[in-house]
Amino acid sequence: MGNLLLTRLISAALVVVGVVCLVFFLIHLVPGDPVEVMLGESARPADREALRTALGLNQPLAAQLMHYFSGLLRLDLGESLHSQRPIIDILAERLPATLELAALSLLLAVALALPLGILAALHKDRGWDVGAMSFSLLGVSIPNFWMGPMLILLFSLWLGWTPVSGRDAAGSFILPTITLGTALAAILARMVRSSLLEVLSEDYIRTARAKGLSMGAVVWQHALPNAWLPVVTLLGLQLGALLGGAVITETVFSWPGIGSLLVESIQKRDYPVVQACVLVISLIYVLVNTLTDLVYAWIDPRIRLGADQ
Amino acid sequence: MRIYLPAGILLLWCLMALFGPLLPLEPNRIDLPHILNGPGVGQWLGADDLGRSVLDRLVMGARTSFTVALGVVCISSLIGILAGAFAAYVGGMVDLLLVRVIDIFLAFPGILLAIALAGVMGPGVDNVIIALSVVGWVGYARLARAQVLSLKYRDHVTAAIALGTGHLRIVVRHLLPLMAAPLIIEATFGVASIVIAEAGLSFLGLGVQPPEASWGSMIRDGTRYMLVAPHLVLAPGIAILLVVLAVNLLGDYLRDWLDVRGATEQKSW
Repeated sequence: MGNLLLTRLISAALVVVGVVCLVFFLIHLVPGDPVEVMLGESARPADREALRTALGLNQPLAAQLMHYFSGLLRLDLGESLHSQRPIIDILAERLPATLELAALSLLLAVALALPLGILAALHKDRGWDVGAMSFSLLGVSIPNFWMGPMLILLFSLWLGWTPVSGRDAAGSFILPTITLGTALAAILARMVRSSLLEVLSEDYIRTARAKGLSMGAVVWQHALPNAWLPVVTLLGLQLGALLGGAVITETVFSWPGIGSLLVESIQKRDYPVVQACVLVISLIYVLVNTLTDLVYAWIDPRIRLGADQ
Repeated sequence: MRIYLPAGILLLWCLMALFGPLLPLEPNRIDLPHILNGPGVGQWLGADDLGRSVLDRLVMGARTSFTVALGVVCISSLIGILAGAFAAYVGGMVDLLLVRVIDIFLAFPGILLAIALAGVMGPGVDNVIIALSVVGWVGYARLARAQVLSLKYRDHVTAAIALGTGHLRIVVRHLLPLMAAPLIIEATFGVASIVIAEAGLSFLGLGVQPPEASWGSMIRDGTRYMLVAPHLVLAPGIAILLVVLAVNLLGDYLRDWLDVRGATEQKSW
């Protein structure tokens, strides 16, 4: 387990360095002169020069990269061009909303996917299965930028049950959570079903049934613990889709998180903030995936014990 | 039987995209007396906030999503398959390097990198295709690499090497045909995610620019009039849903038919 931990941490660190480099180069993809694009053509030359110096764009590329890295180590992400505030403060304001939305959506997805997947596997090719898999297919096919407005139309505008947008009113989290959680629930339900079906066809399940255990006991005690592993891996990987989807969902519902900050900053051409948003979301994703890998190893004794040999 | 309906929807999508410009459509004709008209005779899907025909714009949007899907699948599969197959075939440091690069690209959640790239490079169909290809090649590279790794020690490859066959010929003639099935399925599901991603970028204002139409930008513009003219949001949304559903059903069908198990997971962007 110790070796595994070390290997995973080293590889995660390498990925983080790569991610930072890629995010750093984002600003160099701005067509033409980034300073002119950010300030507009009418900006005074002195202002342009000031921004160029502030962003370090007049230094050699390697020096810029070093400067970016050293800033990161001091948690200094620079200042927003628009509000002149330190970016780290803006992120700190926005991050809780995104984490809240992601956590609630994850919870909803698991709460929906587990029963659906289990029922579908136990009733393969019958009513429950067809129903659950139709839900799953529909869930991955509905884009959240359409589902969001449709939910707003139905529940906020027509029925008046929930707030239209924002985060302040009571119950404002309901529609964004449903919008973001459904697609993940759909994918997870599929995975739970196929993973459980595979386990249910094993010999030890037949043995457990043969010795007189009820189907419920077989599923809970013998099948599910073995069906977890692929589901946990998928959950970690799909969290990326969840964080990516949060960008659009937050924009639809004016949810004040990092995703909507990213879109606002793109519109304002506040590229340092764009860089920071992409960086923070990706770092969270890398962190969660590394943790998932370790949890996976911890759940599975074959990996946990095998790594030390 | 189960394949006819999705195949029909996809055929319609392709035909609208390919032959849309030949039809007598006026997607950009502003008709102020008919602003926000509901569906009716003559204007089957109603009119938008400038009185433009929603049906005509839907056909034009099909062209946008089809162009982007075709472009991204071609570019990203070509780059991904070449990189993955080459790295796995050569092995050693090259392979190690590719794995690291893939890891770094996979560290960006789904559409996030595409949004950032499209946002920084500026709006337009070209940039959408570039942004989605930068994100999309990784899946093909990973798959092609895994396939070549499992195939390169097969007897027929050893025999080809013994006969003095060139490396390029071995990869193209003796390895690629065996890898085709999982790659075709990856590409099929890829189309579904690209259609959603393109519409998503256009929804955020990062895709095609007005007056060009995209299903995503139609939804964005329609949300402002949702209460009085829900058809503005319903029509493009149902169009996306139908195409994506059809592609996913086709992918499932192909997976069963080609008997590829767990080769790819659907991505939700």
